[in-house]
Amino acid sequence: MVGIISCGCYIPFWRLSRAAIRDGLRGEKAIAGADEDSITMAVAAALDCLGGTDRQEVDGIFLATTTPPYKEKLGAGIVATAADLRRDIITADFTDSLRAGTIALRAAIDAVKSGSAKQVMVVAADCRLGAPGSSWELSCGDGAVAFLIGDSEDVIAEVTGSYSLSDEIMDIWRSEEDRFIRSAEGRFVSTEGYSRVCGEAVTGLMKRFSLGKEDFTKTLFGIPEPRAQVALARTLGFDTKTQLQDSLSLEVGETGAAYALMLLAAALEDAKKGDVFLLLSYGNGADAMALAITGSMENKRKISGIKGYLNSKEIIDDYTIYAKWRGLLPVERPPRPFGITAPPALWRERERNLRLYGVKCDVCGTIQYPPQSVCTKCHNRDQFEKIRLSDRKGNLFTYSIDHTTWALVMPIITAIVNFEGGGRIECLMSDVEAAKVKTDMPVAMSFRKMDFREGTTIYSWKCIPLRE
Amino acid sequence: MESIKDKVAIIGMGCTEFGERWDKGPYELIVESCFEAFEDAGIEAKDIQAAWFASLVSGSTGSRLSNALKLEYIPITRVENFCSGGLHALANACYAVASGTCDIALACGVEKLKDRATGFGIAGPEPIDSSKVMPETPPANMFAEIAIRYFHDRGWDIEEGKRILAQVSVKSHHNGTLSPKAHLRREITVEDVLKAPMLIHPLGLYDCCGISDGSAAAIVVRADMAKDFRDDYVLVKAFGFNSGAGQATLQDDYDFLHIQENIEAANFAYRQAGIKNPRKEIDLAQVHDCFSIHELMLYEELGFSPKGKAREDVEAGTFALDGDLPVNTDGGLKCFGHPLSASGLRMTYEIYKQLQDKAGPRQVKNCRLGLAHNAGGVIGSLNAAVSIYGRRD
Repeated sequence: MVGIISCGCYIPFWRLSRAAIRDGLRGEKAIAGADEDSITMAVAAALDCLGGTDRQEVDGIFLATTTPPYKEKLGAGIVATAADLRRDIITADFTDSLRAGTIALRAAIDAVKSGSAKQVMVVAADCRLGAPGSSWELSCGDGAVAFLIGDSEDVIAEVTGSYSLSDEIMDIWRSEEDRFIRSAEGRFVSTEGYSRVCGEAVTGLMKRFSLGKEDFTKTLFGIPEPRAQVALARTLGFDTKTQLQDSLSLEVGETGAAYALMLLAAALEDAKKGDVFLLLSYGNGADAMALAITGSMENKRKISGIKGYLNSKEIIDDYTIYAKWRGLLPVERPPRPFGITAPPALWRERERNLRLYGVKCDVCGTIQYPPQSVCTKCHNRDQFEKIRLSDRKGNLFTYSIDHTTWALVMPIITAIVNFEGGGRIECLMSDVEAAKVKTDMPVAMSFRKMDFREGTTIYSWKCIPLRE
Repeated sequence: MESIKDKVAIIGMGCTEFGERWDKGPYELIVESCFEAFEDAGIEAKDIQAAWFASLVSGSTGSRLSNALKLEYIPITRVENFCSGGLHALANACYAVASGTCDIALACGVEKLKDRATGFGIAGPEPIDSSKVMPETPPANMFAEIAIRYFHDRGWDIEEGKRILAQVSVKSHHNGTLSPKAHLRREITVEDVLKAPMLIHPLGLYDCCGISDGSAAAIVVRADMAKDFRDDYVLVKAFGFNSGAGQATLQDDYDFLHIQENIEAANFAYRQAGIKNPRKEIDLAQVHDCFSIHELMLYEELGFSPKGKAREDVEAGTFALDGDLPVNTDGGLKCFGHPLSASGLRMTYEIYKQLQDKAGPRQVKNCRLGLAHNAGGVIGSLNAAVSIYGRRD
């Protein structure tokens, strides 16, 4: 049976209080840190999804996002490398549409069904920007989700029917020059966009597969406006109390191309075998899918799922912090340059920087990072095996809190981390308030944006407090 | 292996005022220190037969030195070892005269840091990490990491640890008030240190040395020639150099409570000089107090305090000007600031003057043997340098 064999997600640690945007508003939205973007969040979700599965089995990765860091350069390739997948796999970006997540999901299922790949990972992430003060700024949140699609007796869910609809409309868009989301008048978008198109897609699906509203345990409506989700459910005759999946709008926000799939990840956490979901995603048309729950998520997740991530957070009440992180306020470049960008060096050291490979000496067993030519202990030359350190937990051996060096996030926290099972890394620490840093605290590694210079996003790994 | 002990003599030294020398360029600083040294030795520039020139940011080849001084067609090599270039330049000059390949050699270090924002003004030393994914953070971070672990190991909270470190800086600032050439010349109190802005936690403003411009120079000859120049020449008793191989960050059992490079360099120098008990035999020391925590650790690493007992010696005033073993008698890097490649020679200048009884209000009584410790880099990749000088008799 072809279906979802594993699921992972990622919600950034930082939440912006909506009251910081506009007085009196309730709730918060998840915001990527200054060192995060769609790629880094996609990596976090991919790693969550891969926990407990064999990475060598993955034959492809489809990245869905409307906010890739490059207009011309593959994003899925960066994610595949950081997730330490094989190189002989299909890597593709699905972009430009809020529906990119479900389009990628359908393509992955088709690829596995056709036999062109045995396992394909769909990972969706978005980090969209609403203009300061706009309703989009209030409603958009950042996050990522990943599903591993495969052919197995042991799938969690199977897509039993898909119905896709294309609809040309100027409702929500960004041109090549736009940093912020543009949209047509709300009533127009709601009436001729969400309501008409989603209604058509759902009825189309039900008609094609002879399904009735009573056949669905839950409806997961990936529509960028929570009220439109409720309105659609009502119009179609679903019970909004029992059949409509929570929109995550008060905790996370609407996460673009990742949104519908994050609703699915959340719903799977409470799913029982035999449940049937109606998954809908909107964007210049709509994708509607029926999913039959065939297994359980239990014991298939590394961290703690959407629910766990919702509880692991730090709320920011100061809008200027968010504004600096997003480049909405000008910030000085450092007086001390962070370094040169040398593409040959970035390429040469890609395994160390992106896959976080260290080495283990074949002779004395010492684990070393970064990789060495001569062993630090026994001095033998070039007798090492590569060893992936990105999925190892560690403890914070020591640290410093640097208030002087330029950074978007002040202060910079430097860290010396000792890994469980051996090895040490010198790195930066993220996702922590300086006052909460303590010697020997447990940490994990997290893929982050180190710098942006000369049109190049420099990625590597930092440590973060363990999120469990 | 032969020892350098008593083979080479310093016959002249010069040192500029250190500080924000806005109106002086690197050439003018070089001229200031070297001409003082020529005059001190009673020689002229044309008498120099070979030279070693140390600079990280203010001159990239030996010919910078000859251009400044108009040294005519002599061999000059630039020496660069980050913050410890000064002692390495001096050692090269000493090894050359000891070998007999030249009779009079010059060592000069200069750094014009204040022309560059943040001092170093460059993206750190040549890349070990050639892809440069890690931001260049100042070396203070590594010393802060050491301080955090050091406090943790001794069960001191940050407040207590900072209070102990503060006493090191208070002592040096006092000595700085007695040094006309120092950059920062005022008394501070422990409370001043504790209230100062935090720069790199747990190190505050007064735990860090200043950033200054400066130059220092030394003229050396074979010991048997020295008396032709002056009676109160100073003899080189030892050099000990040591470079780390990355152990501190590559090996997960490295404790961050000591810097092995310093210990190895000191032990080598003590063997060369025949010193068995440094606490008793050394009369004064200038050590690399780039950060207060480093000076505290060096008390133990150089064998001045028993392991784990530096605090007791600090509290007993052992290293004060009137203590058993005065350290950083001129105010150290703390008060002179740290024009990287000049610092090792500036330390040597203070010991040279002390051994000649010319240190004025800072004079340490009856001093016969002085130690300079200079270090460049960070833990695990430190280039530690220890030199020992003695009186002629």
